[in-house]
Amino acid sequence: MLKMTRSKPDEEEYWHSSKFRAFTFDDDDDEFSSLKESKRAVNSIRLDDDDDEDDVEKVSWSGEPVGSISWSIKETASSAHSAGQVRDQGFPKIDTAPSLSKQGSSYSLSSFFKGRSKTGSFQSFSESFSEVPSRSFAPELRKPKSENKDYLSDWTPIETVKRMRRGKVYSLETFRSLKDKLLLLDEAVNALDGNVITAVLIYLKKSLSKEILSRELMSREIALRHYIHYLKEVGEQKLLLDLLKSLGRVEDMALLQYRDHLGIKDEGRRKEFLKNCISLPFSPDDAAHVQDHYTLLERQIIIEASDKQMETKGQSDIFKKYPRKASILNMPIITTLYYSCFYHYGEPEGTFSSPANIRQTFKIAEKQYFLTALGARAKLKAWSDVDSLFTTKNWLGYTKKRSPIGFHRVVDILQKNNAPVQVLQEYLSLVEDTDLKISLAQKHKCHDVVIDTYKDLKDRQQLIVYRGKVERGSLEDRKIEALLNNTQIRWKN
Amino acid sequence: MISLPDRTKMAAHLSYGRVNLNILREAARKELREFLDKCAGSKAIVWDEYLTGPFGLIAQYSLLKEHEVEKMFTLKGGRLPAADVKNIIFFVRPKLELMDIIAENVISEDKMRSPRDFHILFVPRHSLLCEQRLKEQGVLGSFINIDEYILDLIPYDGDLLSMESEGAFRECYLENDQTSLYHTAKGLMTLQALYGTIPQIFGKGECARHVANMMLRMKREFAGSQTQILPVFDTLLLLDRNVDLLTPLATQLTYEGLIDEIYGITNGYVKLPPEKFAQKKQGEGGKDLPTEPKKLQLNSAEELYAEIRDKNFNAVGAALSKKAKIISAAFEERHNAKTVGEIKQFVSQLPHMQAARSSLANHTSIAELIKDITTSEAFFDNLTVEQEFMTGVDTDKVNTYIEDCIAQKDPLIKILRLVCMQSVCNNGLKQKVLDYYKREILQTYGYEHILTLNNLEKTGLLKPQTSTRNNYPTIRKTLKLWMEDANEQNPNDISYVYSGYAPLSVRLTQLLARPGWRSIEEVLKMLPGPHFEERQQLPPGLHKKRQQGENRTTLVFFLGGVTYAEIAALRFLSQMEDGGTEYIIATTKLINGTSWIKSLMDRLEALPF
Repeated sequence: MLKMTRSKPDEEEYWHSSKFRAFTFDDDDDEFSSLKESKRAVNSIRLDDDDDEDDVEKVSWSGEPVGSISWSIKETASSAHSAGQVRDQGFPKIDTAPSLSKQGSSYSLSSFFKGRSKTGSFQSFSESFSEVPSRSFAPELRKPKSENKDYLSDWTPIETVKRMRRGKVYSLETFRSLKDKLLLLDEAVNALDGNVITAVLIYLKKSLSKEILSRELMSREIALRHYIHYLKEVGEQKLLLDLLKSLGRVEDMALLQYRDHLGIKDEGRRKEFLKNCISLPFSPDDAAHVQDHYTLLERQIIIEASDKQMETKGQSDIFKKYPRKASILNMPIITTLYYSCFYHYGEPEGTFSSPANIRQTFKIAEKQYFLTALGARAKLKAWSDVDSLFTTKNWLGYTKKRSPIGFHRVVDILQKNNAPVQVLQEYLSLVEDTDLKISLAQKHKCHDVVIDTYKDLKDRQQLIVYRGKVERGSLEDRKIEALLNNTQIRWKN
Repeated sequence: MISLPDRTKMAAHLSYGRVNLNILREAARKELREFLDKCAGSKAIVWDEYLTGPFGLIAQYSLLKEHEVEKMFTLKGGRLPAADVKNIIFFVRPKLELMDIIAENVISEDKMRSPRDFHILFVPRHSLLCEQRLKEQGVLGSFINIDEYILDLIPYDGDLLSMESEGAFRECYLENDQTSLYHTAKGLMTLQALYGTIPQIFGKGECARHVANMMLRMKREFAGSQTQILPVFDTLLLLDRNVDLLTPLATQLTYEGLIDEIYGITNGYVKLPPEKFAQKKQGEGGKDLPTEPKKLQLNSAEELYAEIRDKNFNAVGAALSKKAKIISAAFEERHNAKTVGEIKQFVSQLPHMQAARSSLANHTSIAELIKDITTSEAFFDNLTVEQEFMTGVDTDKVNTYIEDCIAQKDPLIKILRLVCMQSVCNNGLKQKVLDYYKREILQTYGYEHILTLNNLEKTGLLKPQTSTRNNYPTIRKTLKLWMEDANEQNPNDISYVYSGYAPLSVRLTQLLARPGWRSIEEVLKMLPGPHFEERQQLPPGLHKKRQQGENRTTLVFFLGGVTYAEIAALRFLSQMEDGGTEYIIATTKLINGTSWIKSLMDRLEALPF
């Protein structure tokens, strides 16, 4: 095989043709115009003879070099069903002689640290954990005979740990007394090898009572960490919770238990689970949040059931007009509030589904409430609701517009929901920053606001400039003309 | 034979650097061949999919095929695909879930067919726990061979090694599990076996201390088998990620860093939206737009990429355009080729030129994609807030931009990055501010994120202010973490990688080389964990005699992850004319702020793998 295998013909064509014409150059005067230059240069280079790219690494469309492992899995797997027949991929034979320096070539990575006969390791392991301490060994491959001799002798903790690390035959059952077991554990910890520590811990877990084990682990930080990790890994939740509790790590325990709700699909069971979580020893902050979490789900279940019924019966216009896209169950509280502002706006405060009730129960910040309510009502184009949302009456009975969020953001949200110009203008004129007001008004084509603002600024020049932007003979045009002819105004320019 | 240069090319970029990392790769390949030969006869490999990426950096399919690997499959439940081979080998990480799948495979093996031999190769390490699970499933006896393949440090580039251990930070700093530190120490022992004992070890942080302790112990244990190799590294610097929590939170502004931030680089590959790479062919009107992402390999084997990857993105456009001019000129040369000899000469250079051209086209397209994002308002606003925090502006109150982002339901990770950054730059948030953020986050994104917020607090990324004193400004000033006049085009300081912010971790590295840490004792005490120095005795006769003007070589090991921008900053230091030190970088995982925060989040559902 002399030639590298090519990828599929169409891919090949991609890599061999050179007209990168799909690029667009429509942006002009930014600092990146140099990118354009390089692009132009690339495009200008054309060659008829594009065929020979032997020196370029072959890459399939998905980008893996042809012959890479992930590429080959796909390739060989796709031929898997051809009855085991091996398709010749045509991979080049390569010289695999190691090119290591003479000194380095005598190593392989594992040989640095172990002289193990690997086959022995799992047999010894299974032996040491089998219920019946039989000593039947599976046939061992390539195992030096000398190693077989000594498995019956009693090893010290040090020797045992050493054997475990080297993958030789070992037995943990010989460590019977608590003292011996702990010596073994300490030795394993000393050796730092997490694998060995865990193996010893599994033996201790089997052969010691829960209480004694957790008592002993309390003074052995490293072994304890491994034990916790092990319990997590194998999913022994109950044991883990007990252990954390006996260690006094009650907040960790509470969180770990709370975490389990994520795995519960059925909302009824999830709710009950969360209810039980409330009494867990969380930090005060978290306790409040968990309580809210429960209350929220409880309420979502009620709302969901009632709304679903309303929707199917077709009794309510709003559900007919705007069918629900998804269930409200397990949604965050802000999403739930949005939902409530969308479907249940104006309901009396006493009902579970009313925005006011939700706002109060979950202590939603004023800003968040306004943003959410505004978003929902604007989506429905309920402009009068928007109006009353921001209208306040003072004690003299005057009404006034007030917003905890900047009016420029109100305008932004209204505009995104295609509010009519009249509505936009009303809120635009409330924007305090004049420059911002003008730029927003220009952006959204609210001419009246622009014109009035320039008038207030007594800026004749800007008004003249702006006249050029409005349509000749339009209302705005005439308004500007009238203003310019008004001799009462004392222009500043 | 054409094939030989091909193989060298696959890994040639590993040997260009100061330290020939190809030696490490070759050792890994040798080990793999030895294992494959142990299973005599034809074989099929069943892959834990996660491993194919890292393995791809060690070996190609051709190597496996030479050792009679005829089929390769992805590990999944049910029955194994038919394959007429003698051996089935599972290449897997030691994970319990994977053991269950393997057991399912073995149990549902067709009894009517001729029996196949099963083997397991654990990567990077053998696990007694997994064996126990196999035993519980009743399949342990079915395996002829259970072995481990020590793939601790994988060479990613001429100056870069990674263990690609996804959960390393979480394990070390959240779960207090030191297994990955043990692997780190083992990996460093392997390196020393190949490149000689490292005479000096410096470190900062709890994990660094722990790794150094383990190394010293292991060295004592293997005292007999000391290698007689002239030391390649002069110094090892071990750095805990939690000494510098700030840097990964900031948006990287180098070319490679931005590619990673926006598209994510995994195992040296990036997947990009295909549109910019499609090309219309004549008469085809662009109807066949590819829908699959375009996958590209990124490393220093590509000349152009090596040149631009570490530049600030604002300097990439100019570099590309300069390159374009050179390539155009080279192609123009063909008009001057008159004689047969000249034409021959030109033709012989064509392949190289064409590679350069296609590389230029690719990077121009990538730069365009990135530019679309970096010039957006959202990117600018986010960066502004980051820079305010890093310079200490208004870090003690609720930030309106963060508030707005929450109100707009921007991705949670973006919010968490910013809030954590504010917390780190203020040495903890005022209780009132912290409570406010927490409530807003839980209300908008769901109460279940209590778990994530708790995780962030445990790792110190998010915390309430305990003392009234905020020491971040002192750290910033002493270490010169903020440089007003960062030069993006022709940098004179590492701060160019974040357009002003000099990564703390790299400053510590820089100051260690010159003038030494003694000058910053006060600041070191403000950062978490001990700092220390150890010396390792060299065998007699192996003391290096430094030539006049010869640079020192330092291995910097980031425990818990490193970003591409930090790597760029270290490369910048290596290249400084009067720097005096060259750096090789190693880490448990290549990270960015997003992947890092994600690793600390509690997932809603356990993934199948």
